[in-house]
Amino acid sequence: MTMIFGVPLAVFMGQLMLGLINGAFYALLSLGLAVIFGLLKIVNFAHGAQYMLGAFAALLGAQYLGINYWLALLLVPLVVGAFGALLERLVLRRIAHLDHLYGLLLTFGLALIFEGSLINLFGVSGASYPIPEALSGGIKLPFMFLPTYRGWVLVAALVVCLGTWFIIERTRLGAYLRAGTENPALMQAFGVNVPLLVTLTYGFGVALAAFAGVLAAPLYPVSPTMGSSLLIVVFAVVVIGGMGSILGAILTGLAMGLIEGLTKVYYPEAANTVIFLVMIMVLMLRPAGLFGKEA
Amino acid sequence: MNQTLDRPTASPAVGAHGDEALSLADVNAFYGESHILHGVELRVKRGELVTLLGRNGAGRSTTLKTIMNMVGSRSGSIKINGQETLGMKPHHIPRLGVGYCPEERGIFASLDVEENLLLPPTVRSGGMSLDDIYAMFPNLYERRRSQGTRLSGGEQQMLAMARILRTGAEILLLDEITEGLAPVINQKLAEVLITLKSRGMTIVLVEQNFRFAAPLADRHFVMEHGRIIETIEARDLDARREHLNSLLGV
Repeated sequence: MTMIFGVPLAVFMGQLMLGLINGAFYALLSLGLAVIFGLLKIVNFAHGAQYMLGAFAALLGAQYLGINYWLALLLVPLVVGAFGALLERLVLRRIAHLDHLYGLLLTFGLALIFEGSLINLFGVSGASYPIPEALSGGIKLPFMFLPTYRGWVLVAALVVCLGTWFIIERTRLGAYLRAGTENPALMQAFGVNVPLLVTLTYGFGVALAAFAGVLAAPLYPVSPTMGSSLLIVVFAVVVIGGMGSILGAILTGLAMGLIEGLTKVYYPEAANTVIFLVMIMVLMLRPAGLFGKEA
Repeated sequence: MNQTLDRPTASPAVGAHGDEALSLADVNAFYGESHILHGVELRVKRGELVTLLGRNGAGRSTTLKTIMNMVGSRSGSIKINGQETLGMKPHHIPRLGVGYCPEERGIFASLDVEENLLLPPTVRSGGMSLDDIYAMFPNLYERRRSQGTRLSGGEQQMLAMARILRTGAEILLLDEITEGLAPVINQKLAEVLITLKSRGMTIVLVEQNFRFAAPLADRHFVMEHGRIIETIEARDLDARREHLNSLLGV
């Protein structure tokens, strides 16, 4: 049997693949946080709850409306994203002129409200969401067995991440976003409707979280608390990558997933804390993050 | 004070309001509780180039920002091409054909030169094409892939002006465009302003460098303590230069 540093190749590759898939979720969620922070300067603590709302919307849509996975993948980000846009328009905008801390506290409060309401309605024990038939089973690779759905999650997350990066870095709309991040008052003086841009950006960031939620529904138990535990790790990823850096969020998300996976192979006891250790080191050596601009 | 009006109409009612491009009547402006402009009166005809002169803190830059609705609150009457804009949202005002070039130039660091040029949306037809702009400012063509803020001060100023020319704006509000620039760059900027004026553009120039502004302008408005205290026609300039110098503290 082929061994890598004393570990069987299949185990090594299996954990690497698991790490990469976790990393894909980290990347999707930290990307949404980075997009929102970039333009709104809001540390969106409701992001985990919005991810959870995505998973719940898929679950309830299937149970009560018969909406299948593929339709949910399309509809849920739109619906939850629209809800996010409404939230920005009605609630977050009112505190936009205040210190960033207020945005953080407000979104934290919103997350608790979403989570508490769903716990009240459905309890804390998770429900399962079936893997769509077309993606059941697995592929036998030379060194491991890869469940098809996990492969799909990786591909879908990467496509959405790279698509988002392309829109922000290579299109006119993205140029508006980047410029609006730097100098919103001047963008208005050029005739750009910045308040609308802000609303759509928040809605888009929330839609990314909801998309991740739908992708996660068949993998993890769908429960009201599924977002809060993940969010802490995602915040660590964002800090490591650098607040507001789009490419940084994607690459750091994937890298942290891999590091976590490798730690599970060689020192499982540290697997849950390794990302936070990296975060501490980055904060000490490069406080703006690996991809962030030094102040 | 600021109420929201409907979107501006695409074409101004030229006939009904004569040839006035810009008119301010009893304009007051505030940043929070600070009262900056105190009843500014200003009229600019279509195709004119006028300057706002005055010492630092006189309210010249704030006058331009007030026209663009970039201050905390404002009152009075501000008409652009005869259309009242006091209750308009900030992003509707440029769509009346106004281009604003801020004192700090406002070049976006995250965009390259060409992205900066293409950024402001077209507000009306008849703007300069990218080729026209590169012909007018050859340096910008050579550095079109450079990050906007890596240009020299003079090139950044040219970029800040060039990007509003592309939008089709016909009223240009230019704030301290010569600040900190070498005489040779100022000469180039003066040539550009003469060209733009000859194309019928209306230009309001906030300027500290009176020697730059004097030969270009049709009229000079002198501001002090948030008011226009004197209007001097270009033809009267020589006779009143001593008086003007005393007002400006030169």
